[in-house]
Amino acid sequence: MDEESIERVLILFNPPYSVAMKEDQITDKGRRDFLKTAAVATIATAACGSLACSCSSKNASAGQKVKLLSPDGELVEIDSAYLNYQEHMAIVSKLEARQGIAGKKFVMVVDLSRCKNARKCVSACQKWHYRPEETEWLTVKLMQDSDKSAPYWFPKQCFHCDNPPCVKVCPVDATFKRQDGLVLIDNERCIGCKFCMAACPYSTRVFNWNEPEIPDVIQGQSYSAETGVPAKVGTVEKCDFCPDRTREGLLPPCVEACPNGVFYFGDENEDTVSNGDETLSFTQLIKDRAAYRFMEELGTKPRVYYLPPKDRQFPVERGYENLPDKLKDRFRDVMENKTHSEE
Amino acid sequence: MELNKYQQELFEKQRPVIEKFGKRTWGWSIFFLLWILLGGYALYLQISKGHGITGMRDNVVWGLYIANFIFFIGISYAGAVISGILHILKVEWRKPIIRIAEMITVIATIIGPVYILLCVGRLDRLHHLILYPRLQSPITWDVLAISTYFTGSVIFLYLALIKDFAIYRDAKLNIPKWKQKMYKILAIGYRGTPSQKRHIRISTNLMAIMIIPLAIIVHSVLSWIFGMTLRPGWHSTIFGPYFVLAAIYSGTGVLIMSMWVYRRMYKLNSHLTDKHFIYLGYIMMVLGAAYGYFTFSEYLTDWFSSQKWDSEVIEKIFNPAKYGWWFLFSNVAGIIIPVLIVALPATRKPNFIALASFFMVLALWVKRYLIIVPTLESPLLPMQDTRMEYVKYSATWVEWALTFAGIATFFLFFTLASKFVTIIPISEFGDKEKQVVPGPVADKEKELATV
Repeated sequence: MDEESIERVLILFNPPYSVAMKEDQITDKGRRDFLKTAAVATIATAACGSLACSCSSKNASAGQKVKLLSPDGELVEIDSAYLNYQEHMAIVSKLEARQGIAGKKFVMVVDLSRCKNARKCVSACQKWHYRPEETEWLTVKLMQDSDKSAPYWFPKQCFHCDNPPCVKVCPVDATFKRQDGLVLIDNERCIGCKFCMAACPYSTRVFNWNEPEIPDVIQGQSYSAETGVPAKVGTVEKCDFCPDRTREGLLPPCVEACPNGVFYFGDENEDTVSNGDETLSFTQLIKDRAAYRFMEELGTKPRVYYLPPKDRQFPVERGYENLPDKLKDRFRDVMENKTHSEE
Repeated sequence: MELNKYQQELFEKQRPVIEKFGKRTWGWSIFFLLWILLGGYALYLQISKGHGITGMRDNVVWGLYIANFIFFIGISYAGAVISGILHILKVEWRKPIIRIAEMITVIATIIGPVYILLCVGRLDRLHHLILYPRLQSPITWDVLAISTYFTGSVIFLYLALIKDFAIYRDAKLNIPKWKQKMYKILAIGYRGTPSQKRHIRISTNLMAIMIIPLAIIVHSVLSWIFGMTLRPGWHSTIFGPYFVLAAIYSGTGVLIMSMWVYRRMYKLNSHLTDKHFIYLGYIMMVLGAAYGYFTFSEYLTDWFSSQKWDSEVIEKIFNPAKYGWWFLFSNVAGIIIPVLIVALPATRKPNFIALASFFMVLALWVKRYLIIVPTLESPLLPMQDTRMEYVKYSATWVEWALTFAGIATFFLFFTLASKFVTIIPISEFGDKEKQVVPGPVADKEKELATV
C-alpha cells in the first residue's frame, strides 16, 4: 500500500490512540478487510513520528481485540489493553497538517454582550496547550472605543485572517494558511525572525524568549503543527483554533469553558456555529446581531466576527471587581477613566 | 611595476604602515579585541539562555540589533554610492578616497547582517532560508539583495586593488613571506599590459554602474521590512527613498570621519587635503538638506492628518517625557548642524566638518532607533500588560555589548586592512597626462579643452 492511501485511512479512522507493544505481539490478519472494520486505530509510532507512551493498563478491558492499521499498511489485531489514549497525539502527517481539513471553513463568532471577563477561556486554553500562566494565546482586553463610550470586555484570539499579514512576510513558510481557513505555525520550521509578530496588527503572536517548561505529560511527544505542543525555545506560537480537536468534531476548549456562551465556533460551509449550548445558523446570527470584524479597514479579512456589546448581560464592573490585583492593574486606566467620565 | 615619481613618493610615505605592525596598532587591536570578546560572551549567553536575556519582548520584538543592522548597511553606502557615482562622473579628486570608501562598504556589509542574525531565535535553522524560501517575504528579498550587494562591493574593491597588489608584490617590501605570497596571489599576474589595463578599466566601470542600483535596492528592500507591515510609523510609501537617502548621508559622514582619522594618524595631509573635506562636506550638506526634507514631510503628514494610530506614535516621538529629546537631537545634530557647518564659510574646515559628521552619524543611529522602537511600543490593540519589560523596551547589557562589539569589529577590520593595503591607492595616480583616462567622457573633455 502506498503512502497516500495510508494517509487517507488515517483520516478516516483517526481516534487518538497510541499503542505500546512489541511487534511480535501483534497478530497479522491480512489487509483487505480493513475498510469493513469500524474500530480501527492507528499505530502511529512510525506514521506520525515518535510517541511518548508507556505501557499502562488504565483502560484495560483485556481480551478485547482491536484491529489496527500499521504504518506499513498492514492490518493487525491487538489486545485493547495495550491501547493508550493520548490527548495531543499527532494524528495526521505533516503534509496533512499543512493542508487542513477538506471541505471545512472554520469561523468564530464572539458575542461581546455576554462576556464578563470570567477568564475561564484563558485558563482552559492554557491548560489544553500546556502553556504557563503568563502566556496568553487568548486574552481578554478591556476596550473603550472613545472617551465617552462604554468600555466592554473583548476576548481576542488569533483572527485566522483570510489575507494574513503574518503569512505574507514569513521567509520560510513556517506559518501558513490552510484550506480550512486556519493560520498555523510549524515550530520545527520557524527560524524565529519575529517578522510575523511585527507584521500582525493584532499582537496575536507570542515568542518563546526562554526555554519553555514542558510538563511531563507531553515530554518527548512528537510535534505537529496541529497540536502545537510541545513548545520550542526561539520560535513563535499563537492561538491555533485547536485543529486536533476540530478534526474529532470537538469544540475548542475556550468555547467549551466559557460559562456564558460567548464563543460560537463552527464551519462556514455548513453554515453552523455552536457555543456548546446552542447551534445556530452562522449567516443568520451575524445578520441578526449586526456582526462586525475587528478593524475591517486593515483589509486582513479576519475569520472571527464580533457581535456588538448591545443589551449586555453583565455590567462591565463584574469582570473587574473580583480580579486579583495583578490583573486589575491591566485595566485600571480604563476603569478609572470610566468612573471619572461618569461623575 | 614601474612607479612614476608621484606614485613613488606616495608609496614611500605609506610603506612603513604596511611593513610594520607597531606597538600602537597592537594596543588598539587588543583593545578592540577585548570588546569583541565581551560581545562574544554576550552572544554565548544569548544563544545558551535564549533571547530572554535581551530587552526584546512580545511587543518590541526588535530593538538595538535591527537599528544597528540598518545603521551598518547604511554606512556601507560610502563606497557604493559615493565612490561609485564619483567614478562614473570621472571626478579626479575621488582617487585618494576611494579605497577608504570601498573598505567601509565591504566591512560594514560584513558586520550589518550579523545583527539580523542576532535577532533570529533559531540560528540552527538558518538553512531553512534556502531549503524553504518564500519569495513573498521581504526577508528573502533582503537575503538576496544583501548577498548580491556584498559580492558586488567586494569585486568593486578588489578591482581597484589588483594594480596595487602588483605594486606591493614588486616593491621588495620588508614583510613576512606569507604576506608577500598573498600579494602575489592577489595580484593575479598583473603586469600592466595594455590589455590587462583595459580589462580592469572596463570591469571597474561596469561595477561602478552596477553597484549604484544594487545599493538602492538593498536599502529599499530593507525599509520595506517595515514599510510592508500595517504598523503606524512604518507603513509609509516614502520609506524606500527615505532610507536610501539616509544611508548615503550617513555613509558620507563615516567617510569624512575615517578620512580625518587617517589623515591625522598617518600624516597624509598632502593627499587627503582640505579640498576633500570641503567637497565631501558639500555632498553631505546637500544630502542633509534632502534628508531633512524627507524627515519633515514624513512627520508632517503623520502629525497633520493625525489618524488615531499615527498620532499615538507621533505623540511618543514628540513628547519630551518619552522620546522627544532624542528626536530633537536626531534632527538638530542630524540635519541642522551638518548643513550649517558646511554652509557657513567660517566653519567649513576639516575639523568642524569631521566633528559635524560624527554627531550626524550618531544622530542617524538614534533616528533608526526612533523608527523602530516607538512603533513597536504602539500596537493597535491596547497592551494592557502589567509586565513592564513587555510594555517598554530597554536594551540590556547583552545588546549593548554586542553593539559595541560590532563597532569594535568595524575598527579592528579597518586597522587590519590598513596594514595590508595602502589607504591611499597608489596605482590610481598616473603621470599627469596619463591621468586622463581615454573614453567617451575624456574625449569630450579634450574636445571642450580645444574649443
